Amino acid sequence: MTTVEQQGTSLWQDAWIKLSKNYLALFGLVIIGLLCVLSVLTPWIAPYGYEEQNLLLGATSPSSEHWLGTDVFGRDMLTRIMYGGRVSLTVGFIATAVALLIGVLWGAVAGYVGGRLDAMMMRIVDIMYALPFMIFIVLLMVVFGRNILLLFIAIGAVEWLTMARIVRGQVMSLRKQEFVEAAHSLGLSQWTIIRRHIIPNTLGPVIVYTTLTIPSVMLLEAFLSFLGLGIQPPQSSWGLLINYGVETMEEYPWLLIFPGVTLSLTLFALNFLGDGLRDALDPRVSKD
Amino acid sequence: MFRFAFYRLLQAIPVLFIVISLTFMLVHSAPGGPFSADKAVPPEVIKALEAQYNLDQPLWQQYVSYVGDVLQGDFGPSFKYPGRDVTELIAAGLPATAELALYAMLVALVIGVSAGVAAAMRPNTAQDYIPMSAAMIGICMPSFLLGPLLVLIFGIHLEWLPVSGWGDIPGDKILPAITLGTGYAAYIARLSRGGMLEVLSQDYIRTARAKGLSEPVVVAKHALRGGLIPVIAFLGPAFAGLLGGSFVVETVFQIPGLGRFYVQAAFNRDYTMILGTTVFFSTLIIIFNLLSDMLAIWLNPKLRQQTQGASL
Repeated sequence: MTTVEQQGTSLWQDAWIKLSKNYLALFGLVIIGLLCVLSVLTPWIAPYGYEEQNLLLGATSPSSEHWLGTDVFGRDMLTRIMYGGRVSLTVGFIATAVALLIGVLWGAVAGYVGGRLDAMMMRIVDIMYALPFMIFIVLLMVVFGRNILLLFIAIGAVEWLTMARIVRGQVMSLRKQEFVEAAHSLGLSQWTIIRRHIIPNTLGPVIVYTTLTIPSVMLLEAFLSFLGLGIQPPQSSWGLLINYGVETMEEYPWLLIFPGVTLSLTLFALNFLGDGLRDALDPRVSKD
Repeated sequence: MFRFAFYRLLQAIPVLFIVISLTFMLVHSAPGGPFSADKAVPPEVIKALEAQYNLDQPLWQQYVSYVGDVLQGDFGPSFKYPGRDVTELIAAGLPATAELALYAMLVALVIGVSAGVAAAMRPNTAQDYIPMSAAMIGICMPSFLLGPLLVLIFGIHLEWLPVSGWGDIPGDKILPAITLGTGYAAYIARLSRGGMLEVLSQDYIRTARAKGLSEPVVVAKHALRGGLIPVIAFLGPAFAGLLGGSFVVETVFQIPGLGRFYVQAAFNRDYTMILGTTVFFSTLIIIFNLLSDMLAIWLNPKLRQQTQGASL
């Protein structure tokens, strides 16, 4: 064990070192981690039942029994925000996953195959870009009813376009790089090249864009729920809670403020994490 | 340049056609007819209504006649407001929405560009961090949260500004414009900071400084033009977003604009209204994307050459 090997830092180690110096991004990571854990554990740790009403109590401001107060039906706000968070985060993650799957496959095929197929696939993306999707989602919700599964698909179908463009650009530039040519001339198989060289090198931008897609998806869900076109009661989401909060904000402002702060904080955390990852994973940003 | 504009216009036609067709299909594949909600209506009346709105014809025939009408600017009669045309309703709602969007855009541009440029002039100082943190908050504070909060603070507690309405009381346009504009101000601040930082490190800026121009002149005369290209390119998508945002802001502040009509039509299942407004919005968005693309090309000589050289 005497040979001292000069250990090069891999892209991932390097990224982690950079990320761990970015306190705002770390803060975002911690917040998101906490929210995910809380959401998973909600049915066991929520202080009250989700539909547990206490009409005699009514709306109360925050107290030691109800940390975030209660709504007009005497329901515990903390509990409702926790359950709402489950839905909001689920929509955020699943719709992003749909976008990720379609976008990466589409972009990778177009970029790797190239030629006519590429031109055709990207023209489709161009045309879809020009469609006003926000309006189409509203339309979909109106026509087919406000169904959570449809919401995933509709939002996912909007968000994959940019992902496809990013992946295609990345794959196309990688195909022409010397190290890929070198791998070819060394006789590596097509699949090995894709697995060892292409995929790891597209992962950075994909991860960054995914982190930035989640908040925009959550925002879209909250927007629709706020208008009454997204998540429907008895299910709950932060957008819906904000909608209720607005109705009674003159008398009970905390019913608006707490879900609002929770949503904003989550979006804040995800955006900071995304920005931090972008700085960390972009090799063009020098190691300083 | 003109060739590019022409090419983009040609491209817009199939897109619009797809929008019309897709919207038409979607609306007509809705489960339950448009009159199924009215329970106690005798079948003869429904028949008569369907005949009135041409719903008794085969679908393709309805489609052909609808496309024909739309091309002539006629979106047909509204389902929910008998005797009123969708075109009429759009014309009634458009002025308020257009005015709101204009003010919001002004708010966004003035605040966003000045914050972004100020930040880029002294990067990594307080002059950079403070506006950029504020911009992050602006991005993470959706209009449906910001609007009610502003109403709560300035309308209800301080009683400085009216809480709703449009053009009834002086000052009632301030809060909606700020609510709608803030998010875009934040994006524009980030874009203009990024653009300016890149431009300010260029050689020609160093030359301008070296020949003794003062910093304000360097920024205003030399850097802004290049630095604001990302902002210009963002204006098209921002406009599309403003229309979506107007759904929320018009609902919160009870402004009688297109956005509120659209949401109401969505709830009332007023199919012709939804169909008409969707086509109308889409046309607007496509036109604005085209305009902002052309403006960006006009401002950027590099892109100008590319579009001239390319055999489109």
